Amino acid sequence: MQDVDMSVDLGGIRMRNPVTVASGTFGYGKEYAELMDVTGLGAITVKGIRWQAWPGNALPRHVEVPGGMVNAIGLQGPGVEGFVREYMPFLRTTGVPVIVNIWGTSEEEYADVARRLSDVEGVSGLELNISCPNVKEGGHAFGTDPRTVASLVAAVRRATRLPLLPKLAPNVPDIKVFVRAAQEAGADALSLINTLPAMVIDIEKRRPVLANKVGGLSGPAIHPVAVKLVWEAAQVATVPILAMGGIMGPEQAIEFLIAGATAVAVGTANFIDPSTSLRVVDGIAAYLRRHGMRSVRELTGSLISG
Amino acid sequence: MMDLACSVLQQTPLTAGYWALDLAAGKIADAARPGQFVHVRVPGLERASLRRPFSIFGARDGVLKILYKTVGRGTAEMSQLRPGDAVQVIGPLGNGFPLEPQGVPVLVAGGFGVAPLCFLASRLRRKGVLVVGGRTADDVLAVEAFEQMGWPVHVATQDGSRGETGLVTLPLDRVLAELKAQGQAPELYSCGPDGMLRAVCERALAADCRGWLSLDKHMVCGVGACLACVQNLRRPDGSTWIGRVCHDGPIFEAREIVW
Repeated sequence: MQDVDMSVDLGGIRMRNPVTVASGTFGYGKEYAELMDVTGLGAITVKGIRWQAWPGNALPRHVEVPGGMVNAIGLQGPGVEGFVREYMPFLRTTGVPVIVNIWGTSEEEYADVARRLSDVEGVSGLELNISCPNVKEGGHAFGTDPRTVASLVAAVRRATRLPLLPKLAPNVPDIKVFVRAAQEAGADALSLINTLPAMVIDIEKRRPVLANKVGGLSGPAIHPVAVKLVWEAAQVATVPILAMGGIMGPEQAIEFLIAGATAVAVGTANFIDPSTSLRVVDGIAAYLRRHGMRSVRELTGSLISG
Repeated sequence: MMDLACSVLQQTPLTAGYWALDLAAGKIADAARPGQFVHVRVPGLERASLRRPFSIFGARDGVLKILYKTVGRGTAEMSQLRPGDAVQVIGPLGNGFPLEPQGVPVLVAGGFGVAPLCFLASRLRRKGVLVVGGRTADDVLAVEAFEQMGWPVHVATQDGSRGETGLVTLPLDRVLAELKAQGQAPELYSCGPDGMLRAVCERALAADCRGWLSLDKHMVCGVGACLACVQNLRRPDGSTWIGRVCHDGPIFEAREIVW
């Protein structure tokens, strides 16, 4: 099956194939290890970690909507020490690069978490969560102003030599401004998109369904939005792009690659069909064969326009 | 835990709005323990629809039984399934009930909460008592299955259309008082609405017996990854932690739960 070269270099993260999972949809990898061969992934991206353990939001934390779901989990997590102690031993056994999604409420906290993870064996890269719509401080607050993005990325850059992937917010007037800000500040790759801020109301109770009132929309509903943003970002990006948003099968992943992504992440689909990410790996390889391409890298940015 | 394509063997309409679904579930059925659940991808719903979790009503010889009520889009579509249809099922999931009661098992069911308790009764080595409640007679299910196993059954309905009139706590308190008078310790097992579980929890504390409660929370992944179905819990030393109902539960001991 190695007739096509599926390997990619995502800003210094060497992936066997271009498929990972979206942070928050795959736990810390071991939750899915009984259901699928997690070693078949190009990388494992784990749920967001801040310095200390964090309880997340009240329930309900999710609601199903046409074309996906809205969630407001609120970045519940064990803190960086808990993560390293409880989850890294398993993750190391997979031999798969681990991308740790990190967040904080200050530049210092992001930098501290990054510094702590820098010498942890098995950690291959850091995704900077600067666009989570579900926590009041941190997350989104950093992601919607290009100056704070630049400042935060620069601060984390000084704290670690690990590959850095800021995860950009989709709800900005011009994604290109954020792409430039992040890469000039030292980003090695870019991750996009995060969920779209969203709200659902229970009309009988006349109350928001989510305890957090608002959440992030994910699933196939956001896929065309993500394709457009990835395509725009790719026009000015000098670093590789990790694309995500509504991948349900190989077709949507291939769209992202054609639009300019180097790698892709499967998110909400993990909940519905845990085999999706591995099907995407196989589907991309089959597509390359069908189109006479020898490497997945030929597909990246191969969009024909005009 | 496995993700298998299961074929529908039988779909049986029960009382109004309730159904029993039999699936050829092979190894999932063989591995299933009482109190565990399965996560079902319902065909007929749009592709992006989340799976639906269901308690296991019974499992024997590769056949998995689900007892459910049509409450929304997912269960409405599920009721359309016919023999031969294929359903993707992840299971068995969750921890399940302990099967070595220290006292007389007293099973307390509300509505379709009887489902995992019926499976439990079939696997307990010790005969016990079923106390079951519902809004109306239509909400009282599986009583015959318990009677066939030789279990005494006490029914209460809120409208009095079957058994005595009132909440399930009426017969429950009487059963507990009788056991106490006989000098027998109970062990409580319960599945049903939150209000009922809290009432059972209070009785487990009052009777100083163990109470095993099956919590029902909306789930997304079903395997402990997404953190949508969390519950605040207490350790024996009094410290608290956040558990996942799907992975650390759905069965918790009464003293563990921080209501």
